[in-house]
Amino acid sequence: MLRKFIDLVTSLRLTIVCLAAAMALIFAGTIAQVHLGIHEAQQRYFQSLFVWWPPEGRGFRIPIFPGGHLIGGILLINLIAAHAKRFHWAWRKLGIHLTHAGLIIMLAGGLFTDLFAVESHMRLAQGDTKDYSEDARFMELAVIDTTNPDYDEVTAIPEANLRRGGTVEHGNLPFRLVVRHFFQNSRLHMLDEPDAKFTAIANQGPGAQVGVEPVPRATGVDERDIMSVALEIIPNQPPAKSLGTWLVSDGLGAPQIFSYADRTWQLVLRPVRYYKPYSVTLQKFTHERYVGTEIPKNFASRITLIDPERTVNRDVLIYMNHPLRYRGETFFQAGFEKDDSGSILQVVHNPSFIAPYLACIVVAAGLLVQFGYHLVGFSRRRRAVTV
Amino acid sequence: MRRSFPWLVLLLAAGWLAGSWRPPTVEKNELDLTALGKLPVLVGGRIKPLDTVARNSLLIIHGKQTVRLANGKEISAMQWLADVVYRPALADDYPVFVIQNAEVLGLFGWEQGDRKYFSFAELSPFLKQIEEQGAQSEKLESVQRSAYQSAVLNLRNSLVLCQRLKNSLQPEDAQNFTKELEAYASMLPAGAQAARQREMGENFDKTKLDSAAGFVQRYETIASAAYLLAVPSAQGADWHSIGEILLQAMRTGEIHPVVKAYAQIGDAYRAEDRRSFDQQVDLLGGWFAKGQTTPTQRASFEFLFNRVDPFTHCMVLYVLAFLLACGSWLGWSRPLNRAAFYLLLLTLAVHTFGMISRMYLQERPPVTNLYSSAIFIGWGAVIVSLVLERIFRDGIGAACAGAIGFITLIIAHHLAGSGDTLEMLQAVLDTNIWLATHVVAITTGYAAMFLAGMLAIIYVVRGVFTSSLKKQTADSLTRMTYGVVCFATLFSFVGTVLGGIWADQSWGRFWGWDPKENGAVLIVLWCAIILHARWGGFIKQRGLMIMALFGNVVTSFSWFGVNMLGVGLHSYGFMQKAFPWLVGFMVSQLVLMTMAAMPLERWRSFRSSLGTPPRKGQPRDLKFVSPGLAVEATPD
Repeated sequence: MLRKFIDLVTSLRLTIVCLAAAMALIFAGTIAQVHLGIHEAQQRYFQSLFVWWPPEGRGFRIPIFPGGHLIGGILLINLIAAHAKRFHWAWRKLGIHLTHAGLIIMLAGGLFTDLFAVESHMRLAQGDTKDYSEDARFMELAVIDTTNPDYDEVTAIPEANLRRGGTVEHGNLPFRLVVRHFFQNSRLHMLDEPDAKFTAIANQGPGAQVGVEPVPRATGVDERDIMSVALEIIPNQPPAKSLGTWLVSDGLGAPQIFSYADRTWQLVLRPVRYYKPYSVTLQKFTHERYVGTEIPKNFASRITLIDPERTVNRDVLIYMNHPLRYRGETFFQAGFEKDDSGSILQVVHNPSFIAPYLACIVVAAGLLVQFGYHLVGFSRRRRAVTV
Repeated sequence: MRRSFPWLVLLLAAGWLAGSWRPPTVEKNELDLTALGKLPVLVGGRIKPLDTVARNSLLIIHGKQTVRLANGKEISAMQWLADVVYRPALADDYPVFVIQNAEVLGLFGWEQGDRKYFSFAELSPFLKQIEEQGAQSEKLESVQRSAYQSAVLNLRNSLVLCQRLKNSLQPEDAQNFTKELEAYASMLPAGAQAARQREMGENFDKTKLDSAAGFVQRYETIASAAYLLAVPSAQGADWHSIGEILLQAMRTGEIHPVVKAYAQIGDAYRAEDRRSFDQQVDLLGGWFAKGQTTPTQRASFEFLFNRVDPFTHCMVLYVLAFLLACGSWLGWSRPLNRAAFYLLLLTLAVHTFGMISRMYLQERPPVTNLYSSAIFIGWGAVIVSLVLERIFRDGIGAACAGAIGFITLIIAHHLAGSGDTLEMLQAVLDTNIWLATHVVAITTGYAAMFLAGMLAIIYVVRGVFTSSLKKQTADSLTRMTYGVVCFATLFSFVGTVLGGIWADQSWGRFWGWDPKENGAVLIVLWCAIILHARWGGFIKQRGLMIMALFGNVVTSFSWFGVNMLGVGLHSYGFMQKAFPWLVGFMVSQLVLMTMAAMPLERWRSFRSSLGTPPRKGQPRDLKFVSPGLAVEATPD
């Protein structure tokens, strides 16, 4: 039984079946991108254990095909197991060993990246300074104590805690937050509009003037969800008299402000922030076009990087194909605000970014050795025949 | 004869090629547009000769680089452009606008007949309708447009382009532009002063200002319409349209010599004054050569490149070589084979010249867009085929070279329909290192995959339909295919990973599941499957051929298919028209695969040998296989 299993796991047949399944999956996933968009298709087909039917929202679902993680995982096991079992050193096998070692590096690197890489953005208008980047795909509720004029004290609550509903408590806060309503995606309407159909879900602050319409999740590439949450604030100390229900939403420009226990507080629902021990200031954003056309020639951001811990204060130019790598993070020129008024930098933290570079060199060397070995042997025999 | 035949073929081909280098003769009563065609202008961000502008514009509007007039006379693109800019009233009657869509014709109340080319004069009553319909379909994504919507939008764009060309070197209604410029120049100081005075709130001469206003309005119109930027600034980096320069003259008080020169050329052209025309064009050419040396040289070279038209010549020669190589399998092998080989060497030289010329003109590595990828795939496949031919000397490599060379150039020819094939590159592509490594490696991988597929096609067609596929030939085909698949694996893999590294450098992610990336990885996976299936002994000779045929399907999907999906960062250019061709090609490969899977009795080549099937363990001749894994040389 075990022997059979080992035979299966190390078999070349399994390799070929997995490779073929990978091809089918990639083909189907690529076609699906037309309707689902790249991000969604990627989640369903490639970054999953199974491809499900029907996708979601029904009472049942069944796996119809192995997903990218499953196929990749089996291939990796198959690759390692086959080599562990059959490995014996011989110079003529050098190419094959190198090739497969490189592939292991690449697959493992891919897995690491999926698990540990963090992508975020830094949006900077001309002259702006920021010491954080944001990920607009996830929200957080920031409860900010602004009483002290010198600094703000921020308590951030991830969106998952809000989605779960119920009561949110935190040691820093003298009150607890009860989630009354949660909308993943919503549209806001002013209630003083003549034909307003929606009622307020909050009774305090500017949010009380706003009706919230729940809408389905956004699927387009350029669209994103506008999350709205209604929170009731209840003090921890008796008398625990409610401070009312407040609306926080990605669609509201200003924070909700209230006072409690002689302190001033702000509530904001905003994209998740990643704070950094250094700051970035946008000095100048340039957008060059080819003469007489609208074809972009180059985008560049001139920034000042200030890191008090490491006494760094220098100007850096970030432009196409020339990112800034600093303290484990990489800043790329990703886009620009309307009318070139500001720059958008993509900030990536990927501890295994070196893996593909290494893998490429190792595999290429392996293939060269392997095929070169064939070719030399072939031409040698060929010569022997001709002579 | 056996000895001299190959040389004779080579000589004839070289003579034919040499003919295209000679400038065409100009009839006595006609103007010579050669020098005019060499003048540099800036269009689409690139400095190019007027001749290129003429050819590309005509290609967009007319679908061809020459126009046949109603009286049966054929005129060149440059002739057409000269008429459009200098004699628009005449050019309005040229049947250049191609309309093949019945619904578009129906829009004008016309029935579909034999004609597909229409003149501006015929279309002018419907301009408003065309504009409206075109604007409607422009709002849609290209993928969503119906055939009618695409056709009407194309027509709209062609008309706009034509209209812009008419106003590029002078206002379209100018009869004597030199005189008009003189009037403008004499009015300038006073008119400019009046304008300044009015701006400052001082007293000004109203009649002077009014006469200036008439000119300004006129030149603002042509400045906004101009398609060409014909006047370089003093530093040479910035170019301006003639309209802009004339408006600037309000400030400087002077009219730029280039504007004057183009006006005089136009007047001489209209008067058909050959001497004055040549003189003025030479003067302007001299002015450019002095102040703009490099662009002028480049433009002049591009003019030559346009006339020599290397790729069209290559197409013809590739077909010839293919036929010679196929003929060598039927008889008179050596001379035909040799002739094919020599001819291919010559053709490859021309092909290389064409490719290097493009690299010089663009200052880029060879592959920058889909068009150049086709040129490069053909080039790479021809080289590898010729190496195979040199080793095996059985005509197979030569036949592959001829077939792939021809097919890829035909594909390139059809990809050129959208205009300039030397277009400028989007910001993220503006890096020669990655274009030279990633893109070249990927396209070399495509070339090798197609070559392996071509070898398999030869195997199947010769094996099934003829009795010429002897055991030795079949074995060498197998070895070639296997070797080429190895080659393809190396380049596809390296190219794909380099693409990932490029993406990591510019977007911060190594792999983004973009359709083009997926296409590339499909090829790598398929190569890996072929190699592992072969090493594991799951496939033998025919299995390898069937898989190589499917490689054609995978590669064509990766090269073209993913672009048709219209998603992702690599979707440069949606090609609705190519879709049926792509599907047709894929189906043909599937048919060949089915044929290859037929039992051996149905193969004409193997039928006879079935009586004594070669058994395992028989002495085999040389093998080209992985160490330690025996591979059968028998066809099953």
